[in-house]
Amino acid sequence: MSLPDPLTSQHRFIPNASEDVREMLDVVGVASIDRLFDTIPDAVKLDRLLDVPGPWSEIESRRWFRGLAAKNMTAADHTSFLGGGAYMHYQPACIDQLLLRAEFLTAYTPYQPEVSQGTLQSIFEYQTHQCLLTGLDVANASLYDGSTALCEAVLLAERMHKNKTKVIIAKSVHPHYRDTVRTYVQNLGLEIVEIGWAADGRVDLNELRGACEGAFAIAVQSPNFFGAIEDYEAIADATVGLTRIAVVAEATSFGILAPPGPHGFDICVGEGQAWGIPPQFGGPYVGFMVVRDALKRHMPGRLVGETVDVDGRRAYVLTLATREQHIRRGKATSNICTNEALIALAANIYLSLMGKEGLREVAVQSLQKANYLRGKLGEIEGVELPFAAPVYNEFVVRTPFLAREILADLEHEKILGGIPLDEFYDGFNNDFLVAVTELHTQEQLDKFAVAVRAAIARERR
Amino acid sequence: MSETAANQLREGLIFEHSKKGRRGYKLPALDVPEQELEAIVPAALRRDQIEEEVEVSEVDVIRHFTRLSKLNVSIDAGLYPLGSCTMKHNPRINEEIARTPGFALSHPLQPDHQVQGNLELLWWLEQTLKEIFGMPRVTLQPVAGAHGELTGILMVHKALARSGNARKYILIPDSAHGTNPASAAFAGYEIRELKSNSRGTVDLSTLEAAVTEDVAALMITVPNTLGVFESEIKSMAAILQAKGAYLYCDGANLNAFVGIARPGDMGIDVIHSNLHKTFSTPHGGGGPGAGPVGVSERLVPFIPTPTVERRDDGSFYLDFGHPDSIGRMRAFNGNFNVLVRALTYMRSMGPDGMRRIAQIAVLNANYIRARLKGAYHLPYDAPSLHEVVFSDKNQTAKDVHTLDIAKRLMDYGFHPPTIYFPLIVSGALMIEPTESEPKEELDAFCDAMLAIARECDERPELVRTAPHTTPVRRLDEARAARQPVLRWKK
Repeated sequence: MSLPDPLTSQHRFIPNASEDVREMLDVVGVASIDRLFDTIPDAVKLDRLLDVPGPWSEIESRRWFRGLAAKNMTAADHTSFLGGGAYMHYQPACIDQLLLRAEFLTAYTPYQPEVSQGTLQSIFEYQTHQCLLTGLDVANASLYDGSTALCEAVLLAERMHKNKTKVIIAKSVHPHYRDTVRTYVQNLGLEIVEIGWAADGRVDLNELRGACEGAFAIAVQSPNFFGAIEDYEAIADATVGLTRIAVVAEATSFGILAPPGPHGFDICVGEGQAWGIPPQFGGPYVGFMVVRDALKRHMPGRLVGETVDVDGRRAYVLTLATREQHIRRGKATSNICTNEALIALAANIYLSLMGKEGLREVAVQSLQKANYLRGKLGEIEGVELPFAAPVYNEFVVRTPFLAREILADLEHEKILGGIPLDEFYDGFNNDFLVAVTELHTQEQLDKFAVAVRAAIARERR
Repeated sequence: MSETAANQLREGLIFEHSKKGRRGYKLPALDVPEQELEAIVPAALRRDQIEEEVEVSEVDVIRHFTRLSKLNVSIDAGLYPLGSCTMKHNPRINEEIARTPGFALSHPLQPDHQVQGNLELLWWLEQTLKEIFGMPRVTLQPVAGAHGELTGILMVHKALARSGNARKYILIPDSAHGTNPASAAFAGYEIRELKSNSRGTVDLSTLEAAVTEDVAALMITVPNTLGVFESEIKSMAAILQAKGAYLYCDGANLNAFVGIARPGDMGIDVIHSNLHKTFSTPHGGGGPGAGPVGVSERLVPFIPTPTVERRDDGSFYLDFGHPDSIGRMRAFNGNFNVLVRALTYMRSMGPDGMRRIAQIAVLNANYIRARLKGAYHLPYDAPSLHEVVFSDKNQTAKDVHTLDIAKRLMDYGFHPPTIYFPLIVSGALMIEPTESEPKEELDAFCDAMLAIARECDERPELVRTAPHTTPVRRLDEARAARQPVLRWKK
């Protein structure tokens, strides 16, 4: 098969065509484009075209990709009660319109501050929001997501305690986050000790006290994976001398729950997806990290700081970069380079638009509606609510039947009813996790309760 | 400074726009019976309203961010020639497809049967990348280049550990990206730096001497950060393989040879590809990205879980059953909606388009090289592919340096190239135009660079004090680091 002639080929994304190519080859002083690749040995050169579909017009792309999207069942055409670290909250129209501004969308990392003040100032604002929400001092410009943010937090804590190798992680931290930590640290000589939960679903403080000897850090999630709100003060009292890491996977909870900073925690990491980012099958999301001031020079990731230009005007710039890989290389605080800047911008827009009142109202509505549904479900014969601790917007439901059977029943009613817990915890075959947000109406909540009652009745027959 | 620029400067922080009583949102009224808060969550676990949070209207928000955006330059506005960053056109069909509700509203913990469309898409993306890499398996989980590097080196570690000795060192040439040594260190290795030769590449004899029984892998960028292809790559692979070590390829520069040659055919064991570079997903001011990793046969058992598999009946599922896997690299399924954009792009390009990416990217870079090599010093004159690295050697006599040249380019309306990298070039100016640039844009850029070279001779002070037309001028970076102000305070 002969390969197409680059002089006569063309493509809508590649402006230079035959005439340009000829003129440019003359300037370069070579006879053909192929000669430019002479340093690649023939032995490794492909003598054929790649066997891949295309080239497609937009019309063909729309047809095929929309066809794939139509094979999914989603919150677009079902009532969804799915959470577990990815939530359907209100997504203000402004966010996506602003994200599509090319000056944000198609810019690179702001290494040249004179032509990147838009990105830099937005990150500075984002960092400020994170500090206000968590009650801690210094936030970075973003990490990949909640799970990898926890990995970075564990490694940050380890740098503060050079001679210790044991980290305690509550088993009620998101299972994917714990899995990711295990992957990250597998060659670093760290020991991970997992501690369980008490009868009410919160961290077992007795077990925790017993595990502290020799540990450098403790990580808990609140609300935890079961939705239970942890008592930061009680955990801090039980873990004297440890670096304390709070994980927040449901970021709208900051609107009403006590922040970790003033209650004894040193690091808060988590997932910002709930701030108006669509669930989009898991990403891109935005990991955040906020720390006490004393930890800032040990932090991973980019930081934006305020300064002035030569004319004395206020301006923003990437700073404290000696922590980072492009300067410190093998001794850097992290290998992270590309982060989730655009999603951090989305978070900044969300937090600004919702503001003081909106952050509160989203949290109050989510809390009220979840607890309303929890009450409704609790009245159904056969439904058990295994954990009594206070919840924010998510909780565990148990029936006498396999959770997957109940959920399959609900699917027939166009309800994505929850996340079965059998995949994550032994002995939880009959349990599923239900999440509620401000988007749910009372009618949807009532209908859900009716559908669960009906599903249990069907299973009984 | 222009008047427009002066006006833009007045854009304060969003917190400074806050005024009591303003609202930027509305929710439907709470429609369930309201319970006493205390009855649901005791006061000790609650907080009050966050007093310092902002109160602004939707108009305030739209104006604020629109004004901020105008302080950025972007690839949509013109050439953005950052070397090693592959700032190419971001097709808008990618954005539209990614926003399809069936993708955007799908939840990462739905059971397989509910998300067959997503799984099929991921499966096709893996097939496409397998063909591009010439490798038997690709994991889509890593969400950035550095994340892919860590994934790849963890696999190497596990593979070696399985055969009894994980070894101690990763070899990395002195021209490498900083993420390479950082990722290798996070994977549990120490770094040994390899000196590059006068062509900027690695000599086989240097490599041969360095590959001891303690060496786990060589991490090498192909073509390297000078844009020079490692012509001995196959022999390098053979040397490493003979000693039981692995060849890792940093695929940041895949744009130089996509469709022309394949990493798998070069003997490479593991490669990451930055989809936000070669495959056109937008950089977004620093992310999100995606960094899928391709592996050779001997690393397949170690890839992260879950993988996407196809059954004989044509249905798809997530497979958690890889007992030797290094584990999960991130929650959920990677940056799915970046992957959607990348596959959309691959389908737009097709077989000939894919090859044309590299052909025109390399032609464009060589065109810049030919036009500028009289005015700027070319520290390595080996033939280069998709990028070209100059230095400021011709200009330092006038006490004008790379930083000054970069800043002066802004006055001509261009984003500067990557500067002071690779580290093996003093005062490096690393230029990568990509295939997206028409000849006129390349000419305008070259004309600007040549004009600046003349200015360095005739009016060096003008260059040394640049930029003069940007929203802000040079910043006091030392002050930012010495007295860090990292958040707004009332």
